[in-house]
Amino acid sequence: MTAVGNIYFYACALMALVGALGVVASKNPIRGAMGLLLLILSVAGLFLALHAQFLAAIQLIVYAGAIVILFLFVIMLLGPSASTPSDRRGIAARVFGGGLFGIAGLAALWAVVSSAMAANRAMPMPVPDDSFGGIDAFGSVLFADALVPFELSSGLLMVAVLGAMAVARGRQGQKSMSKNELEVGASPFPVEPQRQLPGQTAGVFSHEIHLHEGSERPKESAP
Amino acid sequence: MIPAEHYVILSALLFVVGGVGFLVRRNVLVTLMSIEVMLNASNLALVAFNRSRLAHVASQTYVGQSHTGQVFAFFIIAAEAAEVAVGLAIVLAFYRLRRTVRSDEADLLKN
Repeated sequence: MTAVGNIYFYACALMALVGALGVVASKNPIRGAMGLLLLILSVAGLFLALHAQFLAAIQLIVYAGAIVILFLFVIMLLGPSASTPSDRRGIAARVFGGGLFGIAGLAALWAVVSSAMAANRAMPMPVPDDSFGGIDAFGSVLFADALVPFELSSGLLMVAVLGAMAVARGRQGQKSMSKNELEVGASPFPVEPQRQLPGQTAGVFSHEIHLHEGSERPKESAP
Repeated sequence: MIPAEHYVILSALLFVVGGVGFLVRRNVLVTLMSIEVMLNASNLALVAFNRSRLAHVASQTYVGQSHTGQVFAFFIIAAEAAEVAVGLAIVLAFYRLRRTVRSDEADLLKN
């Protein structure tokens, strides 16, 4: 029994690490989303091993069923421009920052683990009740002790949905659009070509244009 | 029985991997997915600590072992769903402006 539990844990841990590395290292965002899916499935498996059955189900439904699908929607909506070609600009700063974070995190982990090994104080693993982590016990806690944050989280989700709609829909109609949006034709409705003042180029406000009499203004109906 | 330390160590490793991805990668989609990895790692640590410290609680509606870490992880999952919805909407708006998803092109407020 313990051998099976050990194999289960190490298999899930290995899959989780592979998935996380796949997210971070893959060039193609679709492969990254698949790595995220692998990570989520194996973390749900670890939740099961930790006696958190309801959370495992929530993890599968919300993450694998909603979040990964949302990522895939956006990746496929963007098409080939979802994957950015690699270039070397600023790579030193990025590698320095990432390496610093990685080394600091691993050093902190090593320090904690070595001190815990030296103190020889294992974390207790008491035997849970049969109902622990099930939907019955979890719901009793959630709707009594955590009722206020639960209702607040429903408000958070509603505000997030409204905000996502407002941001993703964009501003409709060219009068409300900024100059950048007008330039790229951000609106799904066709944008009329702007009337161009003489001497005006992109990125120049109209008050910055200095018109010299006779030099740039086109001659108007010279007799 | 796997000791709880192993879960916490795995969670720390996942968090480090996600953080390095967040700092190194420039694709906004991959950055968001790295945040997901980090939040999953924190969820795993919360649930492992909950499993390790089973305090007995008794309230009007529930008598049994406390679920504090699991409830925390539940709310993190809810907040994460909201974060992904808004984040992907921002990615779409940014793509409409710049026709790219590279984070270093997001310099409209520069200067």
